[in-house]
Amino acid sequence: MAMGKNEMLLRLDRVTKRFPGVLALDSVSMEVRAGDVHGLTGENGAGKSTLIKILTGAYAPDEGEIWFNGEKLERLTPLKAMGKGIACIYQELNLIPHLTVVENIFLGRELRKSRRGDILDRAKMLEEAESLMRDLALNLDPRMKTGELGIGHQQMVEICKAVHSDAKLIIMDEPTSSLSEREANDLFRIIAQVKAKGVTVIFISHRLDEVKRICDRVTVLRDGRLVETRDIGEASVDDIIRLMVGREITNKYPKVKGGRGAEALSVEHLERRGVLHDVSFKAYAGEILGFAGLVGAGRTETARAITGADPIDGGAIKVFGQDVRIRSPRDSIDAGIAFLTEDRKGQGLILIKSVSFNSSLVRLERYSRLGFLKLKAIRQMTEKIARDLKLRAPDVETVVGQLSGGNQQKVVIAKWMLTQARIFIFDEPTRGIDVGAKVEVYNLMNELVANGAAVIIICSEMDEVMGMADRILVMHEGRITAEFGQAEATQERILYAASGLAASGEGKIA
Amino acid sequence: MAHEREAAAAGQEAKKQKPRKNMYSVGVILSLILLSLVMAVLSPRFLTVDNLTNVASQAAVSAIISCGMFLAILTGGIDLSVGSVLALSTMLMGVVCVNHGVDPYLSMLLCLAVGGGLGLLNGLMLTKMSLPHPFISTMGMKMMARGVALVITAAAPISIFPEPVQFIGNNYLGPLPISLFLVALLYACMYLFLTRTATGRYIYAVGGNKEASRLSGIKVHRVLNLVYTLSGFTAALAGIVLVGRVNAAYPLAGQDYDSDAIAAVIIGGASFFGGVGSIGNTIIGVLIIAVLRNGLNLLNVDSNYQTFAIGAVIILAVYIDVLRQKVMQVGRR
Repeated sequence: MAMGKNEMLLRLDRVTKRFPGVLALDSVSMEVRAGDVHGLTGENGAGKSTLIKILTGAYAPDEGEIWFNGEKLERLTPLKAMGKGIACIYQELNLIPHLTVVENIFLGRELRKSRRGDILDRAKMLEEAESLMRDLALNLDPRMKTGELGIGHQQMVEICKAVHSDAKLIIMDEPTSSLSEREANDLFRIIAQVKAKGVTVIFISHRLDEVKRICDRVTVLRDGRLVETRDIGEASVDDIIRLMVGREITNKYPKVKGGRGAEALSVEHLERRGVLHDVSFKAYAGEILGFAGLVGAGRTETARAITGADPIDGGAIKVFGQDVRIRSPRDSIDAGIAFLTEDRKGQGLILIKSVSFNSSLVRLERYSRLGFLKLKAIRQMTEKIARDLKLRAPDVETVVGQLSGGNQQKVVIAKWMLTQARIFIFDEPTRGIDVGAKVEVYNLMNELVANGAAVIIICSEMDEVMGMADRILVMHEGRITAEFGQAEATQERILYAASGLAASGEGKIA
Repeated sequence: MAHEREAAAAGQEAKKQKPRKNMYSVGVILSLILLSLVMAVLSPRFLTVDNLTNVASQAAVSAIISCGMFLAILTGGIDLSVGSVLALSTMLMGVVCVNHGVDPYLSMLLCLAVGGGLGLLNGLMLTKMSLPHPFISTMGMKMMARGVALVITAAAPISIFPEPVQFIGNNYLGPLPISLFLVALLYACMYLFLTRTATGRYIYAVGGNKEASRLSGIKVHRVLNLVYTLSGFTAALAGIVLVGRVNAAYPLAGQDYDSDAIAAVIIGGASFFGGVGSIGNTIIGVLIIAVLRNGLNLLNVDSNYQTFAIGAVIILAVYIDVLRQKVMQVGRR
């Protein structure tokens, strides 16, 4: 089915998707022209992933229509989407590592020697794979096991697989996030070849220079809404950033300005091979320090390295001026550092246990006498902190798995407040909790800071970090790339630093 | 455990999940009573003093093993090696005590140390060698320990133990076997350990969520090593009781005990997913298995059918666990 340059391959008509408490996609209408490389960008949480999942049949839209190749897609399933010619290459690749490139390309659609038989025609498959790879100008031995290939090459094998399955549309979700610059350049070359074969590509990326370089058009999403689709010639990187950021910051953040106290945490030359490079910073009592950056920039990894959750290859840590050696979470707790993880359910809480069980878990030995737990004391202490934090639970023996996200987060906070830590690291503290609970969490942070603790927040929501932090560090690919005071931070500057671009503003480059 | 804590904090208003947990305890106890009634009706010999003391002394060995198995399952693991550990530790006790005339008390200590040591090895395979699941490590141990137990006497049993070794397994206090008192003491200690000490709570925590436990500063490896050591230890302790009862150590002893203990723990409501279970219900699970075996014996059911019946009961019990998980998940949403 040959299509002219300006025909629409894909059309979304007022597609809406709701999740409990969140409008993930709000009446999004967009068109993708056949044969284009179409950029899709937006901040974390703007709705990009939801959109992909709808196109690939993983989610069903609540409202709206999807037209593909002149046909209305209804009740799409992942299998049906593939059958229609929609392929998606996810950040986590889906190859089977101990099969060869050929075997992966032909997985599930192997060629057989006879129509009825089950004997594979290996020679024919190899030949087809070689010819396909020649077409895409991909220089790779198809008999290699995919597990032996680098990430970049694996991605190209995925692309071959998609092209081979006669995909009309290939969606690439942040394909360059784990590639080196050279690998990324190879990828762009392959994308150009794919495009030359008439295949349409949706290219999702935070890296605006790449979008600018390889896309024909770009669509910007923000808060689940489509802001604008433009031809790339009419959109500068600055324009795109402005479109992504958009809204004015309203006062959702009850920031209390306090005075900076003593140096609470000093991290010097923290190294973790392949993950963190020369990360150095200081956090002060009475101050909220924010970490901004894209997902995967190394912020969570920094927190994990400091708190002993992951091993480190080098670096020194001082807590209130004292050198500390942290080799396990226990050491970090003993040093007075609390780490409130991003993944509440997987890493923060024991969901099948009660509020009092969870909140007393750290330093439980403290509440023992002669080896026996002081159950009454534990209960009273939990009840008190539950009251202080306005925890909404029937009582402290309620199983935490039955609480709402916001209340679960309060249990995590209670647990760490009870350790009497002096440094609190919050990783995405407000993810998945409603607005009211968010404000309560911010107030708790203010309280901690007012009481002389140092608070570090890692958050991907730009206005949150700008609203709450006194000082902002930006990370990119495992390094700290910029530092801003609250007054000098703008979303544009942070986004530049987070994308690894040279700063356009006067932000101090670390 | 939580419901026991709730009970401890009596006077508090009744809450949502309390009934659910107690309901399971009540259900298990009712099943035991029902099963006993059926057996009593089917066999007039069931409710005789002789038979009941027999059930009790047989259940004692199983109860002691189940104690350690309970801990392993509570951490989300399993210990398949308990039967073989029992055999090896008692065979070694027999060799030093009977064949070489070592002091019987010292021999018993050796037996317990061997059991604990083999258990520790199980733990280390999990924590130091990072074997993926204790199913693997303890299955390997099961075969290795059994092999050694057979080799050391060329598969011959060792018999005629001195009186101190026989004391627990073979003596009565009034109508009650001494072993019952040992079981009562062990379960009481275990109850206090699990509900009233920090380490006991850590076992529940590790079973509930290993990563969250680690990030909360719990030394997860140490907890797991302790649990498997205790499991080996209780297997050896059960071995001493068994040797005392039959006055012999057999290299093939304890073969059914692995599966009986697993069945007892699961019937007692411990979750295979870890983190949930109470030691009090475990003893009820042990009694259910003991009554089932005894009743089938009295009814002259072929032992092969008994094996079949226990197998079916295990599957049923785990299935009930799965259903309970589903109900809890629905309740959570």
